[in-house]
Amino acid sequence: MKKIIALILTALMLVSVFAACGEKPAVEGGDKVVKIGIYEPASGSNGAGGKQETLGIKYANEKVPTVEIGGETYKVELVPVDNQSSNDKAPSAAAELVSAGVSVVLGSYGSGVSIAASSTFEAAGVPAIGVTCTNPQVTEGNKHYFRICFLDPFQGTVLANYAYNELGYRTAYTLAENGNDYDEGLAHYFTEAFTKLGGKVENANFPENTSDFNSYITNAVNAGAEVIFAPTSTSYAQLIVEQAAAKGVTATLMAGDTWDSNQILAAAKGKNVDIQVTTFYQEGGNADFDAGFKAWLEGNSQNLTDNGGDSNIAAVSAMGYDAYFVALEALKAAGSAEPAKVMEALWGVSCTGVTGAIAFDNTNGDAVRTTAYIKKVNTETGLWDFVKEQGVN
Amino acid sequence: MNITIDHILAGISAGGQYALIAIGYTMVYGILRLINFAHGDVFMVAGLIMVYASASMPLYFSIPLVLLGTVLLGVLIERAAYRPLRSAPRMSVMISAIGVSYLLQNLALYITGGLPQVYPAIPWISDSVTILGATTKRVTLITPVLTILLVVVLVLLIRYTKIGMAMRAVSKDFETSQLMGIKINSVISTTFVIGSFLAAVGSLLYFSSYTSVVPTSGAMPGLKAFVAAVFGGIGSIPGAVVGAFIIGICENIIKANTELSIFSDAFTFALLILILCVKPTGLFGEKATDKV
Repeated sequence: MKKIIALILTALMLVSVFAACGEKPAVEGGDKVVKIGIYEPASGSNGAGGKQETLGIKYANEKVPTVEIGGETYKVELVPVDNQSSNDKAPSAAAELVSAGVSVVLGSYGSGVSIAASSTFEAAGVPAIGVTCTNPQVTEGNKHYFRICFLDPFQGTVLANYAYNELGYRTAYTLAENGNDYDEGLAHYFTEAFTKLGGKVENANFPENTSDFNSYITNAVNAGAEVIFAPTSTSYAQLIVEQAAAKGVTATLMAGDTWDSNQILAAAKGKNVDIQVTTFYQEGGNADFDAGFKAWLEGNSQNLTDNGGDSNIAAVSAMGYDAYFVALEALKAAGSAEPAKVMEALWGVSCTGVTGAIAFDNTNGDAVRTTAYIKKVNTETGLWDFVKEQGVN
Repeated sequence: MNITIDHILAGISAGGQYALIAIGYTMVYGILRLINFAHGDVFMVAGLIMVYASASMPLYFSIPLVLLGTVLLGVLIERAAYRPLRSAPRMSVMISAIGVSYLLQNLALYITGGLPQVYPAIPWISDSVTILGATTKRVTLITPVLTILLVVVLVLLIRYTKIGMAMRAVSKDFETSQLMGIKINSVISTTFVIGSFLAAVGSLLYFSSYTSVVPTSGAMPGLKAFVAAVFGGIGSIPGAVVGAFIIGICENIIKANTELSIFSDAFTFALLILILCVKPTGLFGEKATDKV
């Protein structure tokens, strides 16, 4: 009897393995379909940000679901995969997109996973458009990875200048996750710029999966830091904010674009902390987009959950929205859904999105951006207050 | 290196949290000779129950619910995944434990959608207090006291009650105690009840300090508690507690040095290797009478 049960179970498992192979190609009613891959984390430490970025892309797709390629109307089909915020899982997630036959890939939130998947896209000849991955290595020295946001050397310098010149701080403490390309890169560029200005910086790294930041915060206070620069992913950020507030830290907490998330707002609301970040987009920058996106979020409870439970607009959503239209422009310019043609066409693409004008430089395929938005948390209302637009100088 | 009262406090508090989890490992090992790899994940699930329970009901309902739910989960795991394998080789049970661990993590991933869940603030224990010039949450101070208290109660229970005697007998000799008329299944269930209860208390204290629950939240504390249990001599409750406090405090002292802070986890595991080389049975070795 037991043997029979075991046999049946084994057979069931085998069936479920093959079940995955039977998916039908998604061609409906003879319409031509072009596929755009969404390479974003939906789980792991960057899951929250990845979901918000994906929301922007999905909203854009719902607004403009078709594209004119070479005189024919194609239906745009989005193919999402979850890279789980993990560098080890990134290549297989990327390979999944490649085998799904996508023409162009958008993403990822988080530079580390973008770098990890880069060679997979390169080998398959599929172009990728980085939406908010700011580490220079994503596009450096390759011809297939593009990006529509600013870079960390720029962002780090902006933050250092702002802290040193505008806020008058002289001592800083940086906190980065060990082995995370985004964290370490941004902390490095901040340190470089801050020390060049004449400030003093102490650097610290913490191991993956840390949840106890008390000792790091104590070290920062002991070092006399006026600013704690912690460009970490949001799941750590939440803990850092919470623990800094519990310890009564008076230093300003500063970070890059990852902290522009309603999770930080939720963690900081009602607490006595000063949090300032740089980001790509400030709510109110484009009234049409704001209103439309908010209504779209509120119209669907799943979207609202993915956005973190409320309809505050994250900058990454606006960037995701723009990235989709950049991809459409590239498809139009290429006049074909062939990945290789799209890759060639991308160099010449330019358009004006809700986050500003987007065009690529000729060396690495990076967007030319000269300003970042600085905002701070209003701990009473639990919303972002716009501080200023800041350039390098 | 600039060690302050903050580091020591953080260390003692971390030690207390590890101790509460470590007891679960060490008791199950003492009785079943099984390393219950799912224990860290039971701890994480306790955190999630609290997140979802407190969203819909007041704290004086949700906290007992967390304790009860976690205990039920622990017993259920034992029933479903370990009891059918009682006569199987020990390796099979261990693999079953690893399977349960992954099952719980992936269930949590499915339910939370991969997003970190914010742990609710429990009034009074989540407030900030200042002690000896160091500002911290009140839970930091409560943790070691509560841990010691629970351990004392547990030791008394094992020493002076009937079920405690049964546990000691089972841990000494599984087969003989069965022949002597001890209901082995109920003793094992009790062990899981106690272990899960302490993990639930540990999760209340831990997540009140570090207020974010993700599906892998249980992995690191679980692993460190396991190290603490081995370090103190697996099977020995005082050993697990002492080991946990040593690891918690050492770890935070290492973090006081900015250059070395990155090695704080590596240090924990290096310490484990060292102690196993020098004293393979751990600090409080395997005294035959002291297994539970």
